[in-house]
Amino acid sequence: MGVTAWTTLLIGASFLLYIVIAIRSKASSTGEFYIAGQHVPPLANGMATAADWMSAASFMGVAGIISFSGFDGSVYLMGWTGGYVLLALLLAPYLRKFGKFTVPDFIGERYYSQTARLVAVICAIFVSFTYVAGQMRGVGVVFSRFLEVDVTWGVVIGMGIVFIYAVLGGMKGITYTQVAQYCVLIFAFMVPAVFISLVVADSVIPHIGFGSIPAGSEVSLLARLDGLHEELGFSTYTLGSGNTINLLAITFALMAGTAGLPHVIIRFYTVPRVRDARKSAGWALLFIAILYTTAPAVAVFARTNLIDTVYKDGSFQPHDQMPAWFQTWEGTDLIEFDDKNGDGLIQYVGASAVDSEGQPIINELTIDRDIMVLANPEIADLPNWVIALVAAGGLAAALSTAAGLLLVVSTSVSHDLLRKWLKPDLSEKHELLAARIAAGAAVCVAGYLGINPPGYVAEVVAFAFGLAAASFFPAILMGIFTKRMNREGAVAGMVVGLIFTASYIIYFRFLHPELSTEENWWWGISPKGIGTVGMLFNFTVAAIVRSFTADPPAEVMQMVEEIRVPERTSA
Amino acid sequence: MTSPERPPAGNYWRANLKLIAILLAIWAFVSFGLGIYWAEDLHDIHAPLPGTPLGFWFAQQGSIFTFVILIWVYSWRMNRLDDEYFSDDGDQ
Repeated sequence: MGVTAWTTLLIGASFLLYIVIAIRSKASSTGEFYIAGQHVPPLANGMATAADWMSAASFMGVAGIISFSGFDGSVYLMGWTGGYVLLALLLAPYLRKFGKFTVPDFIGERYYSQTARLVAVICAIFVSFTYVAGQMRGVGVVFSRFLEVDVTWGVVIGMGIVFIYAVLGGMKGITYTQVAQYCVLIFAFMVPAVFISLVVADSVIPHIGFGSIPAGSEVSLLARLDGLHEELGFSTYTLGSGNTINLLAITFALMAGTAGLPHVIIRFYTVPRVRDARKSAGWALLFIAILYTTAPAVAVFARTNLIDTVYKDGSFQPHDQMPAWFQTWEGTDLIEFDDKNGDGLIQYVGASAVDSEGQPIINELTIDRDIMVLANPEIADLPNWVIALVAAGGLAAALSTAAGLLLVVSTSVSHDLLRKWLKPDLSEKHELLAARIAAGAAVCVAGYLGINPPGYVAEVVAFAFGLAAASFFPAILMGIFTKRMNREGAVAGMVVGLIFTASYIIYFRFLHPELSTEENWWWGISPKGIGTVGMLFNFTVAAIVRSFTADPPAEVMQMVEEIRVPERTSA
Repeated sequence: MTSPERPPAGNYWRANLKLIAILLAIWAFVSFGLGIYWAEDLHDIHAPLPGTPLGFWFAQQGSIFTFVILIWVYSWRMNRLDDEYFSDDGDQ
């Protein structure tokens, strides 16, 4: 069977599975729609959280980012996993004990303030939409590349699928489809990884292959890659660029952002007890770590393969002798070759490349980093069904994350805005209807953003983290760990953290991208890491404002006491 | 959200904070420390695999393995602590 037939078959089969699950788990109350009735076992919640969390960017982007940035890409690996330690130790058990439906619910009740709730709702909706645009785009890219469907139609098909299970099943439907999607995506990620590891490093386990010295070679795979990088004028693969403070700031911002993302937090509301929240955080990170520790190995294999293709035995290769995958991906503009010196050879070099006479060499090849995972099976010449599997996996990753985010948007609207603010007398039945309508509308907005994306996949996602790190994370943390943190302090902190972080990012990313260099950044910290500073501002402002305003009411302090301890159990 | 008879929650909370502090110290040490701050100093040590510089390995593998262990340790210790303080058939 050809690639297209395999792809159609696998994608069709996986979509059918999601729809069947959705129909079987229709939500009949707001409790089921918002938090799956709190009946999800910890292991299943771990899988669902992993799928919820691992987005199109994780599946397609992470290995690609590391492949192109080497050591500096580690910030994503540590940031997007280390956040779970914060989540498991500092947030998840207490929020589960609190037990209400949304993150704005916690903020609103802990800080006894509709303003705080409103700020949280706006943040939740903004963060979720920035993030969901990337997912829908990912769906479109997979469809256009693998099935030669127009990106727009790809997005529309993806919207249709999400619409069915998110609107029908709410959190209940989403949870069990996410469990299935985790299985699809991890299988789809691991199979090619094992294949490539066998081809490149002669080892079944990619984690070992990546640190090995291949048979018949004097040097290890990484040392060879470092050598190639040096020859071609790229920076050393296994060493950082040197801006340590920036790497620290980015890593921390990604960690705190991960812990503060509403669609991840809300997953911990769905388990029966506090102890299950802790356990499911353990499962979740274990399932995530399978992909995140394999990705750096895939990155090394892919990078080596790529360089070996265009730069063989110490010389640049002619364009007309490139393998078929090279031309296919050129057709999608994800690989671009511009023969600047007209010699027909592909000069693929870094910034500091020089030829034998010491003259600089101009780079002629641009490769979109998102293709590293998608094109890898073709580069390594793997069977057709493996290529098709990658397409189904990419879709599973994108759809599962999109659904989780859309649910946050819909609950924010129906529960926090309508029920808790504009129309407190809303009946349960009408609230459920409102939640479905909001979910439907959110799918449409997400689709629009996917067709007209504000940036490319990983870039847009990074934006959401800084904002979550500077707003939710500190507010929730202080709400649990400092009993006397009050409304005035928390709101002031969130507002300052948000405005500072957003302005910094908007200034350097959108208004003056040409000024976004290390000399101009404050403290040498890039827009990606600025959430860490925003978070520090948030804490500081909150502490100062709290010190000269009134303590929170006694019942709020009592509530903090209560969320700190688990429910009583009888064995 | 009401707990009628109040258990000695103070000790429980202090034990929790202590455990969190220890685990977060390890969390920061492997990621920000070994994985970033000291990564370059550890570059010439090839461990734990023959081809991986140690700092690079911690940044891309070791820290993530450690994170998983930290969460499981926390979950195991805290769930035991919960049984001690908040289980109705308490004193085992």
